[in-house]
Amino acid sequence: MASTEEIRSDLADIVNEVAGVPADDVQMEKSFVDDLDVDSLSMVEVVVAAEEKFGVTIPDDEVKNLATVGDAVTFIEQRQS
Amino acid sequence: MSSTRVVVTGLGTTNPVGGDVATTWAALLAGRSGVAELEHAWAEPLSVRIAAEVAVEPTEVLDRVRARRLDRSSQHAVVAATQAWADSGLAEETTEPERVGVAMASGIGGVTTLLGNYDLLQTKGPRRVSPLAIPMLMPNGPAASVGLMVDAKAGVHTPVSACASGNEAIALGIDMIRLGRADVVVVGGTEAAVHPLPMAAFANMMALSKRNDSPTAASRPWDVDRDGFVLGEGAGVLVLESQEHARARGARVYAIAAGAGITADSHDIAQPDPAGSGAARAMARALREADLAPADIRHVNAHATSTPLGDVAESKAIRATLGAAADDVVVTSTKSMTGHLLGAAGALESIATVLALRHRQVPPTINVDDPDPDIELDLATKPRSLPDGDLAALNNSFGFGGHNVAIAFTTPDGTDQPAQEQR
Repeated sequence: MASTEEIRSDLADIVNEVAGVPADDVQMEKSFVDDLDVDSLSMVEVVVAAEEKFGVTIPDDEVKNLATVGDAVTFIEQRQS
Repeated sequence: MSSTRVVVTGLGTTNPVGGDVATTWAALLAGRSGVAELEHAWAEPLSVRIAAEVAVEPTEVLDRVRARRLDRSSQHAVVAATQAWADSGLAEETTEPERVGVAMASGIGGVTTLLGNYDLLQTKGPRRVSPLAIPMLMPNGPAASVGLMVDAKAGVHTPVSACASGNEAIALGIDMIRLGRADVVVVGGTEAAVHPLPMAAFANMMALSKRNDSPTAASRPWDVDRDGFVLGEGAGVLVLESQEHARARGARVYAIAAGAGITADSHDIAQPDPAGSGAARAMARALREADLAPADIRHVNAHATSTPLGDVAESKAIRATLGAAADDVVVTSTKSMTGHLLGAAGALESIATVLALRHRQVPPTINVDDPDPDIELDLATKPRSLPDGDLAALNNSFGFGGHNVAIAFTTPDGTDQPAQEQR
């Protein structure tokens, strides 16, 4: 089972790949939209890449609840356990 | 017809012989072919395994994240438009967005995005289809991307007429300025269809050269042994501007985009009218619109794709239009080096035409080892000089569907500031 930090780090790599945000900026308290400037279409790409990476399903109606990196990491951790 | 004159003030391109205008012009004059054997694994089972891919990969030029949000055709368009816009000297301070337009053509559109996402759909399911697939694959994607880049608000258009698309975009840009809809229009064409499906389809319609063993000799317009065109990719972009607008800012003027002629064959969906009458009417209309006589024309950059039928039909059309004056016209086909860029062909070849007028030099047609006796034209089999004084030239583009578009360019007015730096 991946640690919280491992999930954050892998998610940061995905956000970097998709949106060009420096991976170091992708910290738990950051908002995808307000802080990292990840637009809605890029967010869909992040979600799909995260599903594949972490082996979880993130339903479309759940995505709007994932405002921050921490929200996403927590969701992924819960789904994995 | 309004008397507004339209001038060319910026050029940009990325294509199989060069990643910019200067490199491209040098390569064309040197007779350098951009055709090569395809090294992709997917090419292995194809009957045609040669193509003319861009000399400089767009990902070497564009920001990584920007590139991944653009179809390859849009990448080429943005690369070329960035160059042309910088070359024109236009900037936010000198342009009014509501007076800036775009006419950026593509023959096929975002075909690699479409097919790549279809592969994902098949192998990984619908969830993996990119949320960006639609803006990437839509044929107006390149025009819209260029429009965003230059903040164009006068109208952003995508003419689609197969291999005549690039020239049709130039014709539309001229119209937009003459009708007073814009002061500046970024025009051109782009294509990125070097992919097994279009390659197989063109090969199966017997359109492509099968000279897999000698790629640089495969595109051989007017040679008796020509056996089809070579698929190319890339983009060409020209900045068109009203003469008044260009003069007001002291812009460098490459040439005058003096007139355009657009006709349709109404003969066959794929075959050219064997007499070339639609092509001849397009050239005649371009001359009339530009107020030129056949004797004013000293150079034609022909469509001449290296197909058995098309090259002859066009040569007849040139003869029919220019009559005896055709004897003094130096004709070339730069496709012998660049391959056929489909929807970008007219744009790239208009750039070559403009540069030929400016430098008074015509790039050669390579590979004409044994000229087809049915071609009664003065072919530039070596680089050729053009005379001093006022010059006019035509660039022809014809497309599947029977589309014919000829553009007439002339050397700048004596009153226009000549282009400064040599390129």
